Amino acid sequence: MATWKKLSLLLSIIPLLLLLAYGFKTNPREVPSPLVGRQAPPFALTMFDGSHNSLEQLRGKPVVLNFWASWCFPACYEEAPHLEAAWQTYRDRGVIVIGVDIQDRDADAKAFIDRFKFSFPNGPDPQGKTSIDYGVYGVPETFFIGRDGTIHYKHVGGLDEKVLKAKIEEML
Amino acid sequence: MRSALFALLVAGILSAQWASAAVAGSLEEQTLRLAAELRCPVCQNLSVADSPSEMATQMREVVHEKLQNGESPDQIRNYFVSRYGEWILLAPTRQGFNWVAWLLPFVAIVGGGGIIVLTIRRSIRRGHKGNVEPSGSTDPRYTSQLDEELKEWEQ
Repeated sequence: MATWKKLSLLLSIIPLLLLLAYGFKTNPREVPSPLVGRQAPPFALTMFDGSHNSLEQLRGKPVVLNFWASWCFPACYEEAPHLEAAWQTYRDRGVIVIGVDIQDRDADAKAFIDRFKFSFPNGPDPQGKTSIDYGVYGVPETFFIGRDGTIHYKHVGGLDEKVLKAKIEEML
Repeated sequence: MRSALFALLVAGILSAQWASAAVAGSLEEQTLRLAAELRCPVCQNLSVADSPSEMATQMREVVHEKLQNGESPDQIRNYFVSRYGEWILLAPTRQGFNWVAWLLPFVAIVGGGGIIVLTIRRSIRRGHKGNVEPSGSTDPRYTSQLDEELKEWEQ
């Protein structure tokens, strides 16, 4: 009787342990985007300088679409210089870097742009339409959109030089 | 007669309209009901309907706008799933492996209840036996000790 009890206890614990082992191995912060490998949702943005940018306009060019906010400290502040540097390095090879400022105040956003001397186009996302269309759940998040308009890679969190370079090179 | 018929017709149309509105709910109600099914991406365990965050507010606006444009709740749900994955739904869809999440609680309740009932029954049966059967023979050493102590106490 005792061995039967022990065995049934063991049998009921093992599936629970397996479930927990599986659960603890996954990263709770990582939410896989269903958009990777699919056509990027179209966007049309009015930039802070008054110019317009849409995905349709940029078809045929690799696009680095970066979602940021001035209140996103420190990740957005850490990746900002790398984004500007990547833009400087790759703009001659047809790569477009676009910044989308979300859930922010225009004055704060403009101060952020001045601080990091951004020369690539940046624009606000007033009703959050673009960020929701891209399934953004936090800042910073960056989408690498290939020449054919499909999403090549999505990066969650701050970018560094290495990831930027590797992913842009893959799209070229 | 004609006016009575007319009144009946008007009443019929009005009540039909009222009924359909009551079934569908107002646009705001529908928006909130759908938003309650969506997980707020920037919160900890809050629905888009409950969260005061800017992101949730924007999502409610998107839901509202889509309903206004005549999209069905299913289409809107599918839109959010296509952008955020199934993660965005607070209740997992009833398919495949997700059934585990739906059925396990009931299995646990029924199984746990069964174990409790069995245990209680067994202990009741044991209890009855204990009352009927005389307790085992006592150690003579303790009997004599008990007698001695009782005598001492009486004195």
